[in-house]
Amino acid sequence: MNEPDDRSRREFLRQAGLGSGFIAGQSLLGPLAAAAETSAPRDAPAARPPSAVVEPGEVPVSVRINAATHELRLDPRVTLLDLLRERMQLTGTKKGCDHGQCGACTVLLDGRRVNSCLTLAVVCDGRAVTTIEGLSAGPGLHPLQAAFIEHDGFQCGYCTPGQICSAAAMLDEARAGWPSVLTAPGSTGNGQPVLSDGEIRERMSGNICRCGAYPNIVSAIRRVAADANLEVSPEGAEGTPL
Amino acid sequence: MRPFSFVRALDVPNAVALQAQTPDARYLAGGTNLVDLMKEGVEQPGRLIDINRLMLDRIEELDTGGVRIGALARNSDTAAHPLVRSRYLLLSQALLSGASPQLRNLASAGGNLMQRTRCYYFYDTATPCNKRTPGSGCGARDGFNRMHAILGASDACIATHPSDMAVALAALDAVVQVTGPSGTRSIPLEDFHRLPGDTPDRDTNLEPGELITAVDLPPSDYGSHVNYLKVRDRASYAFALVSVAAALDVRDGAVRTARIALGGVAHKPWRAREAERQLSGQRPERGAFERAAQAAVAGAVPRRYNAFKVDLTRRSIVRALTLAAAGR
Repeated sequence: MNEPDDRSRREFLRQAGLGSGFIAGQSLLGPLAAAAETSAPRDAPAARPPSAVVEPGEVPVSVRINAATHELRLDPRVTLLDLLRERMQLTGTKKGCDHGQCGACTVLLDGRRVNSCLTLAVVCDGRAVTTIEGLSAGPGLHPLQAAFIEHDGFQCGYCTPGQICSAAAMLDEARAGWPSVLTAPGSTGNGQPVLSDGEIRERMSGNICRCGAYPNIVSAIRRVAADANLEVSPEGAEGTPL
Repeated sequence: MRPFSFVRALDVPNAVALQAQTPDARYLAGGTNLVDLMKEGVEQPGRLIDINRLMLDRIEELDTGGVRIGALARNSDTAAHPLVRSRYLLLSQALLSGASPQLRNLASAGGNLMQRTRCYYFYDTATPCNKRTPGSGCGARDGFNRMHAILGASDACIATHPSDMAVALAALDAVVQVTGPSGTRSIPLEDFHRLPGDTPDRDTNLEPGELITAVDLPPSDYGSHVNYLKVRDRASYAFALVSVAAALDVRDGAVRTARIALGGVAHKPWRAREAERQLSGQRPERGAFERAAQAAVAGAVPRRYNAFKVDLTRRSIVRALTLAAAGR
């Protein structure tokens, strides 16, 4: 992980996108990419009141993405994923299957993990999106980002941003006492589930890794869960069988 | 994706009125199925009516002792809700067996009931499909039909309903509350979805413009003697080949009532009523479970690649009943 190199790569892509890629972007995306920011970012978006019917064309959308609120006009066909990648240049969120079957596009919407490929950007009006770029509260890495590096939780890395966003929400869900299908009745409610490896795997099953880095992904998450004072089982504990 | 007009509905009457203006409009909730089908060109609505601000996401106790689940309650919230977890564990298990955590955060109770089949021929616009294009034929009947129906199918369509939630709702005798241009009505879950017959393009008995507002659960006598068993090609995040929602009310060593609903085997959640009747009064033992399971698949009509589902269904019923009897 070389932070400066990584930044310069992103900067190059961004400049390429604004320069030579512009014509290609137009022809590929047409009106989908024609969203325009109408004002500078502000602090919190207010959900706009229910509107009159908008005939095919652009719909006003106010959405907070990481630290900034954006006032946009969007074709209602634009997915949140395409808004992030093609319009906001937030290319950390990946397009895998584009059909809700892989989890590579996972972001947080009002703090909850969702598939951005199946979420129309217009329904995000008045809501807050957190992507991998905004996951860390400070200048350093989020503990899950650091743990994925420490535990080698990836090979090609394409699914990694989705895995990490998903894991961040998963730990919040466990803290809130949400059950999985493996969680025995009565063990949640006000209490929290024990995050056995089986529980972690089931709770992360919405994120596919074609490289098969699952064992190291599980160990990275187990470590961060333990550091966050969530109850975990020792490595290899599978939890209640189905 | 085809262009469409977009509108955010204010309340239920407003949503219904907006729908009535445009016959090819669709209500948009979580969008996990509808947006996908629009990307594929299977659904081509002229208008999307965003209903996400309709305040239909509450889960509350009814005066009858039952529970009302708002149509916009997200599957993850419903599955974790204390009222559902404590009284309708079967529903919680079914919800948590479906899709992925990300999808459950988007998916709603009403949308789950409205989702379409995952039949590959329905999704592939290059192939015939009577459900997608009435009269065009059925690619699955003589095609690759491993995931398809063994019960209640027709020559026109052998698709299955993909929901897990609806299978548990069928077993629990849920009632769907809807509002349409001519007012409100209640539809028992078992009558909500249709068998394909000659009109497989109609999945449900909803009238044009009707909007699901809630799903009501009557009081349950089954406590922890329930089990949702889902059999699929991998351990998680896949549709059912076969699923079984089983519930047993055992008193004084005998089954008072049993509920068995099946998923992955028919065009709708399939209540195995004859199997339920046979269990009534029996001791909750393997022999009785096997006889009931045999009754449940007595009318099965397998196709070339899904004959395995008959045995799989039978065995799954026995296992689900065994686990339900054990109360785990």
